[in-house]
Parts: sequence; C-alpha cells; structure tokens
Amino acid sequence: MMRFFSSIRLTLVCLACAMVLVFAGTLAQVELGLYAAQAKYFRSVLVFWTIPGTSVGVPVLPGGYLVGGVLLINLICAHVQRFGLSRDKLGLLMIHAGLILLLLGQLATDLLSTESTMRLSEGESMSYSEDARHCELAILDTSASDHDLVVAIPETRLARHKQIRHPGLPFEVRVIEYWPNSTHRPIEPGQGTARATQGAGQRVQFVSATPETRMDRRNIPAAYVELVASGGSLGVWAVSLWIGAGQEFQHEGKNYEIALRPARHYRPFALKLLRFSHDKYMGTDIPSNFSSDVHLSNARTGESRDVRIYMNNPLRYGGETFYQSGYDQQDPRVTILQVVRNPGWLTPYFSCVLVGAGLVVQFLSHLVSFVKRRNA
Amino acid sequence: MNKWLPWIVTGVFGLWALSGLRPPRPATDFDSIGFGRLPTVLNGRLQPLDSVARNSLLLLCGKQSVGLGRGARMPAIDWLLEVAMKPEVADGRAAFKIDHPELRGLLDLAPDGSLYVGFDAIRSRVEEIETQARRASAVPVENRSSFEKAVVRLSSGVSLYHRLKNSFRPEDTEDFAAVVAAYERSLGPGLAAWRLRQENRPFSQEDLDRLSKALQGFDVLSSLAYPLLIPPRDLQTGREPWSNLGTSLIEAIHAGEIHPAVRFYAAMASAYRLGKAEEFNRALADYRGWLAGPFALEVRKASREFIYNAWRPFVVSLALYLLAFLAGCASWFGWFQVLNRTAIKLLAVGFLVHTAGIVFRMALEGRPPVTNLYSSAVFVGWGAVLLGLIIERLNRDSIGVVMAAALGLLTQIVAHNLSLGGDTMEMLRAVLDSNFWLTTHVITITLGYSAMFVAGFLGIVYVVRRAFTGTFTEAIGRRLARMVYGVICFATLFSFVGTVVGGIWADQSWGRFWGWDPKENGALLVVLWCAIILHARGGGLVRERGLINLAIFGNVVTSFSWFGVNMLGVGLHSYGFMDQAFVWLMVFVVSQLLFIGLAFSSGPSGARCRR
Repeated sequence: MMRFFSSIRLTLVCLACAMVLVFAGTLAQVELGLYAAQAKYFRSVLVFWTIPGTSVGVPVLPGGYLVGGVLLINLICAHVQRFGLSRDKLGLLMIHAGLILLLLGQLATDLLSTESTMRLSEGESMSYSEDARHCELAILDTSASDHDLVVAIPETRLARHKQIRHPGLPFEVRVIEYWPNSTHRPIEPGQGTARATQGAGQRVQFVSATPETRMDRRNIPAAYVELVASGGSLGVWAVSLWIGAGQEFQHEGKNYEIALRPARHYRPFALKLLRFSHDKYMGTDIPSNFSSDVHLSNARTGESRDVRIYMNNPLRYGGETFYQSGYDQQDPRVTILQVVRNPGWLTPYFSCVLVGAGLVVQFLSHLVSFVKRRNA
Repeated sequence: MNKWLPWIVTGVFGLWALSGLRPPRPATDFDSIGFGRLPTVLNGRLQPLDSVARNSLLLLCGKQSVGLGRGARMPAIDWLLEVAMKPEVADGRAAFKIDHPELRGLLDLAPDGSLYVGFDAIRSRVEEIETQARRASAVPVENRSSFEKAVVRLSSGVSLYHRLKNSFRPEDTEDFAAVVAAYERSLGPGLAAWRLRQENRPFSQEDLDRLSKALQGFDVLSSLAYPLLIPPRDLQTGREPWSNLGTSLIEAIHAGEIHPAVRFYAAMASAYRLGKAEEFNRALADYRGWLAGPFALEVRKASREFIYNAWRPFVVSLALYLLAFLAGCASWFGWFQVLNRTAIKLLAVGFLVHTAGIVFRMALEGRPPVTNLYSSAVFVGWGAVLLGLIIERLNRDSIGVVMAAALGLLTQIVAHNLSLGGDTMEMLRAVLDSNFWLTTHVITITLGYSAMFVAGFLGIVYVVRRAFTGTFTEAIGRRLARMVYGVICFATLFSFVGTVVGGIWADQSWGRFWGWDPKENGALLVVLWCAIILHARGGGLVRERGLINLAIFGNVVTSFSWFGVNMLGVGLHSYGFMDQAFVWLMVFVVSQLLFIGLAFSSGPSGARCRR
C-alpha cells in the first residue's frame, strides 16, 4: 500500500490527470462560465459527464480535490519512504515542502476565505460590506429612535427550511416559495391576483429563473414568506433583490421592516469615502488609474486616519484586505471596494520562495556534477 | 580567406543593419520627414505623426506603405499628407485591402483583381457597406461570420479614412489658411456683438452671423478630426490636454485668439494643396521652431519614435536570423568551420539589433520589455536566441545557432503579424499599470516560454537530423538530450516562479491568488508539463527518445498557454474557429505532432529504436 502511494508512477498519473483536468476545465469555461466550471472541475472530487438526453451522470475524470489530495499523499509518502533526509536531496525536499504548503494554503483559502464588496459614495460612511453572492432575509425592528434590532436569516436557510423561529421575533417566518434566481412582471389590473397580500409585492408577480453561471452576472433571488404570530397570519410578503428598499409594517405597536438584501458582514470600524478619483488616458476612455481616499475610524482602538487605496495598493486592516476594485459607470463619485478575508494569503509567498530556492539548489547540483564530469 | 570570410560577411550585414538608423530623405520637395516627426497625441499617448500614418495604414491594408504599382511604394507619411491635404489624389491610392470574396462581390470588385484598392473603387458602395456593417455589428463578436467581420473592419476603415481627411483641414476647403484668417478677423467683432446682445444693447447681426457660420464648420471638424494635433495653450496647467484642430478652433472663442499651432498647420495645408513646397517647408520649420522652446520634451520623444519606426529593428533582426539559420544548417554538410563561425556572428549581430530594438521600445514607452502579446513574442524570441548563443558557446556544433535562429525567425514572424493590428505601444489599463509586477512576473514567465521552446526546438533538431541527414551520431544524440534536460530545468524554474508571482500580483490587486482564469491555467499547464518531464526522466520511465518527444510536445503546451487561451473567447464556441491565428496555431500543433511521429521512425543512420 505504502509502495503504491509513494510510487513515481502515481505522481505521473496525478500530474497527467491534473493537466487534462486543467485543460478541460479551461475549455469548459466557454460554455459554463468561470464560476460553474470552477465548481465542476476544480472544487470537486469527481467530474461527471451527463449522458445526452438523460440525467445520468458518469464520472469521467477525477476532480481537483481528488487529484490534489492524492498528489499530497503521494508527495508525503515518497519523502517518508524513499528520500529520507540527506543533503543531496535538500533541493527536492525544499521544492516538495513548498508545494505541500501551496496546496494546503490553497485548500485553506478555498474553505475559509470570504469575499464581499463595499460600495461607497463620496461622503458616505460604512461599517459593513455586502456579499457578492449570498443574500439574507433581514427583519428589522425600527421602533427605537437610536438603533435598529436586526434578525438576519441567511439565504441557505430560506432554501432549506419551511418554518423559521427566532427568539428576537414575535412571529414565525414561513417560507412559501424561494428561488435562487428570479424574474418579475407587473400585474395588470384585472389579470390574476398577487401571491403577496402585503407590501410592494402586491403589484408584481415573481417567477423562478434559471440560475446564472457567468461570473459577471448575479442571481437575483426572490421569496414569498408568510409571517405568522400567535394570533394568526400577518400576511404574505414578496421579498427580492428586485425590491430595493425594506417594506414597512406594524405589529403589536412596533415598527418593522422586511427585506431580502445582500448578506452583510459587519466590522467594528468604519470607512468613510472622502474622495474618489478616476483618471483616463488623454482623449480616450481607457482608465489609467483609480484611487479612493478613505477615512478609517475604529472606536474600539481610537484609531482615526486617512488611507489611500488604489490599484495594486490595497489596505490591509483587521485581518482583511480592501482593494480598489471598480467604479460605477453612472455615478463618478462612487467607488467599489473588494473586501477579502483570507487567513492563508501568505502561504503562496513562502511557497514561492521555498520552491524557487529548492529548484535553484537542485539544478545547481546537477550542473556542478555535469561540469565535473565534463572536465574529468 | 577562410579566417576572414565570417568577419567580412558579418561586417557587411552589420553595416546594413546600422544603415537603417540614417534619417531617410523626403520623397518629394515637400519635407514629409520633418512633418512625420511632429508630435501629436493619439490613443492616449504622445507619438509622431509618422506613427499615426503607419498605424492607420496598418488598419486599412496591413502594410506600412502604399503600393504605387510596378514595385514602387509610397511611405506612410507621404500618403497621410495626401489624404489630409489632397484627398482627391489620395482616393486613387490602393490603401484598402479587401480580400474577402463575398465582400469583393458585394463591392463589384473583380474576383481576380488586386486585393488592394483605392477609395475611388468603393466610393459608390459606401452606403451599402454602412448598412451591412450596422447589421453585422449587432451580432455578438464571437458569433460573427468571416464576411460580417470583414465588413465591420472595412466600415471602420472607411470611417478612419474619413476622419483622417478631416484632421488637418475641413475636407472641402480649398485654402484653409484663408479660412482661418477670416475666422480670426471675425472673432473680435463677432464676440463683441455677442456680448452686446447679452446685455440687450444694439449689436451687429452681420458680425455675429459671420462668426457662427465659421463655428458651424469647425463643429464637424471637431467631431471628426482624429489625432490631437494642438498642444495645450498654457503649460502652467500641465502638459495635457492636447486637442484636435476643430476643438482648438472652437475654444478660440474663450481664449479670444487662435492657437499659434493652428495657424502653422493651416499654412502647411494651404501650401501643400497649392503645390508650394517652399512655403510648406517654411511653415513646417516655423512650427518646429515654435515648438522647440516650450515643447522640447515632446519634440524629442516624437523624433525618437520616428527613428525607431524608420529603423524597424525587428525586421532587420528577422533577416539576419534567416541568414544565420541557413548558414548554420549548411555547416552540417561541409565547410563546418567557416559556416559555423559565420552563422554565430550573424546570429550575434541579429541578437544585438534585437536587443537594441527592445531597449529602444522600453525607452519610448518607459516600461519593461513585455506589455502586450506583441512584445511578448519579441521577448520570447530574444530569450530563446540568448539561450541558443549560450548553448552554442558550450558545444560549438551549430545546433545552438540553428535552433536559436529558427526560434528568432519564427517569433519575429509571429510578432510582425501581431503588429499588423495597429499601434503596438498602446497604453496599459489601470490594473496592469505596475512596472514592478510587469517586470517580475511577465519577464520570468516569458523567459519560461523561451526555455520551453528552446527545449522543444532542440528536440526537433534531434528528430530531423536523425531522420533526414547522415549527420546524426549516438554522441550527438546524447549531447542533445542532455541539453534538452538542462533547458527544461531552467524552464521549470522560470515557469513556476513566474506563475506563482503572477498569482501574488493577482492577490495584490484583487485579493485572489488563484482564480482558474484561462491565462492562469495556461501557465499552470506549462508548469505541470515540466513536472511531468522531470519526473518521467527522474523515475527512469523515459530515456533519450522519450525525453525528446516530451520536450517537443512542450511546444504544443506552451503555444496553447501563450496564444490558445487568448482565442478561447473568440473560437471554439460557435463558428469563430477559422480566425487566422487559430489556423496557424493548429498548423503549428500538427507540425509538432508530426515531428513526434517522426521520432518513432528509424532514421537513415539506422539508430536503434529506444523507448
């Protein structure tokens, strides 16, 4: 068993599989889009091929996780079994250690990193970022004048559960319908009745749509939810990203708002956009530079300072990194920052140095022996 | 004699290479060379008018000069002068390349006639071209048929041509200098009348009408004029922005006077049109004198680019590589000493010109050597030739020279074809605007490509010599295999470091080390292939022949990584497939597979088949 896992033939098989996988995964992007191709080929154990005309999937290729995992075991076994620790294997050891670090680091990134965006207009201050993919059903108690009480239900829960109770809510949330992607159409007078009995949804009908796979498009989910208190139903609301603002209602003398919105990640500090500049090359529309001047204030640590974020120069703060990512085509005063939390972000740096140095050591030792033989 | 021959040959071609640096002489009495050196701004960068002329012509017909029949050619800048000042003559020049058969049919061009036609030949069909192009533009780029692509290209060419005609003067004026002078005269009274009207006081309607009529003509000019000819009025506010002729004329209302540069250009336009060479040259000299003080920087930069354009160092090095290749191949059949030394020297001269060209470009752009696909082709060739020279130095058997010359030649041909797309020094988008990362990532990864191709072409030398010539011995085979292995090691190092550094750049710019983006995957494929070669050899699973074949297949992997991924969006999907570059890539891939097949046949030397 150990011999199998440490054999160089296994290494070659894995590398060959990896090549086929990467090649196929790249071509598949044309059809599936980046995100779906990634999920199918690289973030999977097996790649399935659906027999045309049926829904039967046949595994045709090992997926990224399987190839990477076997390669990792193979590497470790080979070192334990065959190489041991000797000076002339130092280069190999460094290369392989670096690769192990890289693979593990990427696995960690894959599992632990989160990405979100912050959309700031000049003068606006914000202490949260919005998730680019996931939404949440937020129910706000806005009765108090100085703060809101928020209960946020992640989209994944809406998809799984029919009934949701939360100690912060005096009613139960019943999910009648939930679609990861949706379209809508207005209800003409006299043509059918809306499924929603309350709020903005009474004038439009939402319907399911096929989920987007392309990187540059996002799903716009919609749901019909019924709020049921001990005294009976409060009504049915349509909630969707299509509806921009929260829908207000009263219950037991308190004011509430309900909205399906991009999931928010709050943090203990705020960024305020002071100025956004967006330069273009003379006489063209080619952007030459973006930069956002922001003010960072953290009440907990008393920090208060100005920061400039621009291309290739992000702000790293509180375990997160804020990148200049884009701009609003309509509004020149709006900046879009990409916020990434990635605990494994340093691993590629170490790995690059380790493998690079290892390769140099290894090849130099080859070269030295080659020259020695030549001169002999 | 044998000792001196290589030196003499090299000396002659060296002088030829340098002769391109001599400033050219104008073809007519009009100082078109001085005109071509004038600075202007286009595509967001400062450049000489000569570059505007060449790049426009490249877009229209894929050449940098216009054929006049019977082998005579007209330089781009003389063509531009004609288009701008004497369009009725220029309309007869064969500046449009129309090679799509259906498009030729649509335009009533003879199927077997010349591919290059003048505007006169298509003038009556311009509306039809517009209609077809409008329809074709509605089709997404990746779904367009070759006819639709051709008609869209022609339509944008026609509009570019129209803009060039209206860049230096309104197309329909006879004496532009007189028009400008009249405008200048009407400016004062017209503005005074306008102010009076604003204050509800009596004013001269005639003065006002004269001014507004003049302005209407300039409005068209302002929307059409292509290069930004007129430098900023006030250097206090910075060296930007430049403006085009029409805009500058309109802005004269605010300044109360006409920009001096406009007057010089108007004088040149009238003099050229009226055939007065002396006056043209005087106006040109006056303008250059006026520029020399405040805009010395711009004039110098434009002049440098002009020299670079005229020299065309990469075309020169291409010719030298071809000679080196022939000499190197010939050396295997006889006169080894003389021919080998000649080949090495020619290759070295070609390499020096190549290097000078890269350095020249870097100085012009203020950038590292690789900024786009075009410059990557130039640089891959450079790295390969350098490696070849080193290999030749170690072995002295013409193998390094032949391989290097072949790669230099091929990459320069690729680069030349890429340059036909227009300006190769375009500005970089904001994300890429980082000299540090461009230097570290792009250069390492490109050198990795160079090394991969060097290994692959050494493999081809092995296969071809073994199969077709009697010059192959087991010793040569062993030596070649050893070289291939060494170069693969080099390629592994550079490809890996380059790929990871690219990931780090991505992490720095948007927080994602690896996104499985096609370009990243391409780089990863090269690294994986290197790993496969090294492990297969290290584990004893392949020997000499196997290693050679793996290296040759490396050419396929590398060319996919380099070019194939760029075609993903275009091809593969629907029809697109037949894009020219894609065809050539496929030709290359098939040729490599044939070489691999050849390796399995036994050569004339009867070398025993080994795995």
